[in-house]
Amino acid sequence: MSEPLLKVQNLRIELSLRDGIAPVIDDLSFELGAGESISFVGESGCGKSMTALGIMGLLPEKVGRIASGTITFDGEELTTVTQKRLRAIRGNEISMIFQEPMTSLNPVYTVGEQIAEVLRAHQGLSKSAAWNCAIELLDAVRIPNARRRVSDYPFQMSGGQRQRVMIAIALACEPKILIADEPTTALDVTVQAEIFDLLNELKRQTGTAIIMITHDMGAVAEMAERMIVMYAGRNAEQGPVEQIIDHPRHPYTKGLISCVPHIMATLNDERYELTEIAGIVPPLREFGQDRCLFASRCNMVSQKCLDKRPPEAIFGDGQRAACWHAGAI
Amino acid sequence: MSTPPIIPMQETPKARHPMAEAWEMFRGNHAAMVALVVLTLIIITAIIGPYIYPTDPFDMVWAPFSPPGVDGFLLGTDYLGRDLMAALIHGARVSIVIGVAAAFMSVFIGVTVGALAGFYRGWVEELLMRITEFFQVLPTLLFAMVIVALFGASLPMITFAIGVVSWTAVARITRSEFLRIRELEYVTASRASGAKNGKLMFQIILPNALPPIIVQAALMVGSAILFEAGLSFLGLTDPNVVSWGQVIGSNRQYILDASYTVTIPGIAIFVTVLAISLVGDGLNDALNPKLRQR
Repeated sequence: MSEPLLKVQNLRIELSLRDGIAPVIDDLSFELGAGESISFVGESGCGKSMTALGIMGLLPEKVGRIASGTITFDGEELTTVTQKRLRAIRGNEISMIFQEPMTSLNPVYTVGEQIAEVLRAHQGLSKSAAWNCAIELLDAVRIPNARRRVSDYPFQMSGGQRQRVMIAIALACEPKILIADEPTTALDVTVQAEIFDLLNELKRQTGTAIIMITHDMGAVAEMAERMIVMYAGRNAEQGPVEQIIDHPRHPYTKGLISCVPHIMATLNDERYELTEIAGIVPPLREFGQDRCLFASRCNMVSQKCLDKRPPEAIFGDGQRAACWHAGAI
Repeated sequence: MSTPPIIPMQETPKARHPMAEAWEMFRGNHAAMVALVVLTLIIITAIIGPYIYPTDPFDMVWAPFSPPGVDGFLLGTDYLGRDLMAALIHGARVSIVIGVAAAFMSVFIGVTVGALAGFYRGWVEELLMRITEFFQVLPTLLFAMVIVALFGASLPMITFAIGVVSWTAVARITRSEFLRIRELEYVTASRASGAKNGKLMFQIILPNALPPIIVQAALMVGSAILFEAGLSFLGLTDPNVVSWGQVIGSNRQYILDASYTVTIPGIAIFVTVLAISLVGDGLNDALNPKLRQR
């Protein structure tokens, strides 16, 4: 296989807190091929969004920094590149859409201006060319009557439409990677499905690789080919989606999957009790410890788990699970 | 059997432009609307008045201390026999120009300082805010007097002096708005699409920070007019141009004998500044989304 589009190796991102430094991302490695789509899954506070911000070089100033590891994009090392080059990459080759469509558009500009702005900055299009392109993009993200809506302000649009505009902005320059940070969390279910369809279709058309960050297992199954389950800043398990859902090798993944409710076709079908994963994600200051951080919530915990951080056990088809008991699950 | 009543289709309320909503709000504020009309009249007078009433305010046209309405002079004459009506009309220009120019200048300095401090944080913020505090603790009138006394009492210098002593409020407002807005998601989103710092500051954040700055600027026009009047009252004024403050200043010795020479320009200043304040207050209500729901 040729060199992957994005290769993250042994990434460690540290946040400085009042009581010391915490590694919010601890020894994370993954690869993303061109046109592929992967999903990051995990509870809140597991470092999913931090990974995305780390790749974009948008970690909170003076608080977060990449301590070690490499992020190689298209042969270029992003951790050492200049700010200027990084700005040229952002929005042009890697772009991002955010969780809150209600607040991620600038309220004082029309959506057309905001789409056109990216095109003018990165592709050097003229004002009128960029405007026409913005209309086409709105049409591509299936906003009806794009020619008229292009001069609407964000407040004149619904949440779903705003997220479509965000997608239009993100895809304006046909980036190689699109990072979607919980793109549908703030939207209702039917709109969610539409946004997923749209993303899938645009991915087919443009060949953009997608990194989806979510806590919704359903979204993963719908969107991604491979998934990375994160827990407390560490990789818990990664591999092909179907294989993992079929046979998770990490108790955390197993727990996440069993949390998803299933809709029964008939009321007489046997219904499973919904399980939950007891406990919460450990506080940030415990993140760096040399033990299994999931141990406190795990029902398979043994002495080994408390003494030493588990190495990644490797299974077929690139499935890897960081658990001492992975083989037994 | 009767036909069922036709229920009229409910018109869905269309989301309206924020500026349209602000104007609606402003229109509902009667004091502000009256003030806006008064202010418009004053500005029109300042612009076209001198052509309609071309009497030179420095010409001695009649005997001194002729009371208002006597001898054909609507507002009377001052201690040198100069027409007060002419002084009032011609002086409007200077007072308003100084007010607006000084407000512009302090907005310019204040926005620049506040934007840099609020955007870059860290040592830039520390340094700029200490400088702001330094200017804040200086007694403003005294400081302006020193500048005018040192560099000469010309119109640009008076404007400069007023601007330099009154930008601190704008800087603090701008900084606080920047601190709030820079953390909002659309700023991160712009950053994520590759915007440079300059663009983030002045094209993304500043337009969203404008409403309170506009209100402050409007109020500052009023206070600059007062400031200019204060300086001219103390004699720190350009002797070659007439302004309301200067008329008060030059007639102040005769305040007991011919009080109208001081009262009339005083009322002009009072009305103008009050109108500006009321308009500024109306703008504040109209542009402040928290008040809009009341």
